[in-house]
Amino acid sequence: MFRFIAKRFLEMIPVLFIIATITFFMVRLAPGGPFTTEKSIPPEIQKKLEAFYGLNRPLFQQYLDYMGNLLKGDLGPSFKYATWSVNELIWSAFPVSLELGCYGLAIALILGLGAGVVASLRQNSALDHISMSLAMVGICVPTFVLGPLLILMFGLGLGWVNASGWDSWRDRILPSLTLGFFYAAYIARLARGGMLEILNQEFIRTARAKGASRQRVILKHALKGGLLPVVSFLGPAVADIITGSFVVETIFQVPGLGRFFVTAAFNRDYTMVIGTVLFYAVLIILLNLVVDVVQVWLNPRLRFE
Amino acid sequence: MRRNRPAARWCGLFLFLVLSLAGCSRRETRVEIADREQVLLKGNGTEPQELDPYLVTGVPEDQILLSLFEGLVTEDPVDLHPVPGVAKSWDVSSDGKIYTFHLRENAKWSNGDPVTARDFLESYKRMLTPSLAAEYSYMHFVVKNAEAYNQGKITDFSQVGYQVLDDQTLQITLENSTPYFLSLATHMSWYPVHLPTIRKYGDPYLRGNKWTRPGRFVGNGAFLLSKWRVNDVIVVKKSPSYWDRDRVRLNEIHFMPIESDDTEERAFRAGQLHVTQTLPLTKMDLYRKNYPNLLHIDPFLGSYFYDINVTKPPLNDKRVRRALALSIDRESIVNNVTRGGQLPAFYLTPPGTAGYTCRTLLHEDLAEAKRLLAEAGYPDGKGLPPIELLYNTLESHRIIAETIQQMWKKSLGIDVQLVNQEWKVYLDSQRTLNYQVSRASWIGDYNDPNTFLDMWTTGNGNNRTGWSNPEYDRLIAEAARITDLKQRLEVFQKAEALLLDEVPMIPIYFYTLTTAQRPELKGWYPTILDHHPYKYVYLEPNKN
Repeated sequence: MFRFIAKRFLEMIPVLFIIATITFFMVRLAPGGPFTTEKSIPPEIQKKLEAFYGLNRPLFQQYLDYMGNLLKGDLGPSFKYATWSVNELIWSAFPVSLELGCYGLAIALILGLGAGVVASLRQNSALDHISMSLAMVGICVPTFVLGPLLILMFGLGLGWVNASGWDSWRDRILPSLTLGFFYAAYIARLARGGMLEILNQEFIRTARAKGASRQRVILKHALKGGLLPVVSFLGPAVADIITGSFVVETIFQVPGLGRFFVTAAFNRDYTMVIGTVLFYAVLIILLNLVVDVVQVWLNPRLRFE
Repeated sequence: MRRNRPAARWCGLFLFLVLSLAGCSRRETRVEIADREQVLLKGNGTEPQELDPYLVTGVPEDQILLSLFEGLVTEDPVDLHPVPGVAKSWDVSSDGKIYTFHLRENAKWSNGDPVTARDFLESYKRMLTPSLAAEYSYMHFVVKNAEAYNQGKITDFSQVGYQVLDDQTLQITLENSTPYFLSLATHMSWYPVHLPTIRKYGDPYLRGNKWTRPGRFVGNGAFLLSKWRVNDVIVVKKSPSYWDRDRVRLNEIHFMPIESDDTEERAFRAGQLHVTQTLPLTKMDLYRKNYPNLLHIDPFLGSYFYDINVTKPPLNDKRVRRALALSIDRESIVNNVTRGGQLPAFYLTPPGTAGYTCRTLLHEDLAEAKRLLAEAGYPDGKGLPPIELLYNTLESHRIIAETIQQMWKKSLGIDVQLVNQEWKVYLDSQRTLNYQVSRASWIGDYNDPNTFLDMWTTGNGNNRTGWSNPEYDRLIAEAARITDLKQRLEVFQKAEALLLDEVPMIPIYFYTLTTAQRPELKGWYPTILDHHPYKYVYLEPNKN
């Protein structure tokens, strides 16, 4: 297992290198630059600005410089937010997204697994239909509809929580729910499907025949295999959820990382674009690794190679 | 029975959650608490790029810096005319070229140091130093040799028109008499900065200096920086060292960078903001009907217009351009499309800009438009290739473009193709004249017609139409030299008439500023630059 993990870590290096390279050149292809503004900047000032950030040098030279700094862990200064470095911006926003993501994930897992497992145990019952319809609604109603709806009800209508912001524990409730519902819906469907498949297998019948209690059969035998599809979904989903959602963060005015992914591209904040992309890539790779390890543990037919 | 139990359990849990929240009942809203503590909660658009007054150009930054700094002169809260700031008085030489400012003895930086004439000199030197690459350095170009120094043509700063006579006296020599100089000097590019502080955190003449962080920041305004959380809030607190601190009634201002206008409006309705930065178009009717006392529609120093690329046929023909301009029903656009109290624009400079209102009008005149088009060889639009109308991707621009597309089709028989581009792509197309007709807008930098008219001179970076007219250039240069106010405005009349005759751009409407404001917000007057000097602002909740 140790060899497996070490190997995956080594594989990560060329992958990140390729991602950094592609992103570096791709952002440069977009028309306009970080200092293209509505009010014109005198050309000599424009030149000085570009010179300060090294943008006047040959592109390949800039690439080498960037990669050199990257090796030292320095993602460079933000072109848009001049006082902050990309590292600072990511590390100030990521904890917020991580916190929100954890709440969202908890809600998604509790609601999703609960609904999915229960639905699978009572296949084709009213309960099954209701929870699966709700899940379908959860998948279909986009967050930019659900979020404002929740605000309208609980923020503006009942006045229990603020409409936006990120100060008190109350401010955490609605964004977490909005984020969680969406993933809960997916998880519910995956969990139901996985469980149904497992519950029909022979080893479950054997366990039952041997007199194992219903609870033991579900918790000990079925759940382990039934959750496999959920686990493989969770790898990229967790990376997604803890790096923040542009929509949820914009609707609820949450100072998280999700917004940077989008605004950095709009601002042509080159370093910020590469920084956020790399950060996201590292998380995805790491979480996929975790998923692989968990899958081997859940499914004895798999082996580390 | 057993079958239903899991569902019952879930329902129970949900009920418990709902009830436990409901138990909290309706709370005191954030503005109610803030009212008591004299804390202004303000929606502020986007996250500021920086808080260094020389390195920013945007409105959100301007709004924050107004609380943190004070220039030689500052603005009257009602009509923004220049009033004493750090300078308690000033003398102007008879030719209008030399201003001598007398500084207050009690003006202090937030670290307790006195604000001296030397501070201003050193600040302006920093502003103009080429290596800093300050985008707004041209705001100083009215000063003698400032432009030459900024472009590196002279390197001796003592030749630039700033002179320290003593600690409390600063003399500024201008290139020409500039009637709007004092208005200009209220702009953020004229704020002083504290050089010793900036030096502590790096080279003051280069970007990337991190002196504007809370704890490091030193300013001379009525408030000082206390907290800065990116994309969340910027908090400024009343400064104990400000010379006019007794007048300041607010204890804190919270600037919230809420980018989405819908989110901002919801925050306002939930009682989290005293004043918004803007108001979504879709909410306008709701406020008109239900909260007319909270809705504020105020004039704003800005114009919305269409640029025309005059370098390519068929729009290099003035008659075609005029035909387009004469066949837009502007009243219909402001009444049915924008609906935010905007004024139809029959000329470019917003009416009443420093006492100037253009007399030449570009009214709707379909008969004349048709005649001109026929004269240009395209009777009823026949033979005219489709025209591309470019706008940056935004719902409101699209609706206006579609309306105008229809007007041109209906009245002139011209086919118009709409093209939308993402913001930076659009800016790039404009700059490289890679368009035919393009949406554009201009917000005045200072209260003078010059800020709208000098941009159309040959080679000006903001003239993105390819239009060039020596007579126009001459008139704008002449206006810059004239001291007599009335005479000067007459020259602007001539220039704008020429501009409207040549139509390198088609004015459409004048902006208004639409905001939602709490009734307890006092000392907040409608001003055309959306400036509200915070030392006069206070909160007075209704006590009933």
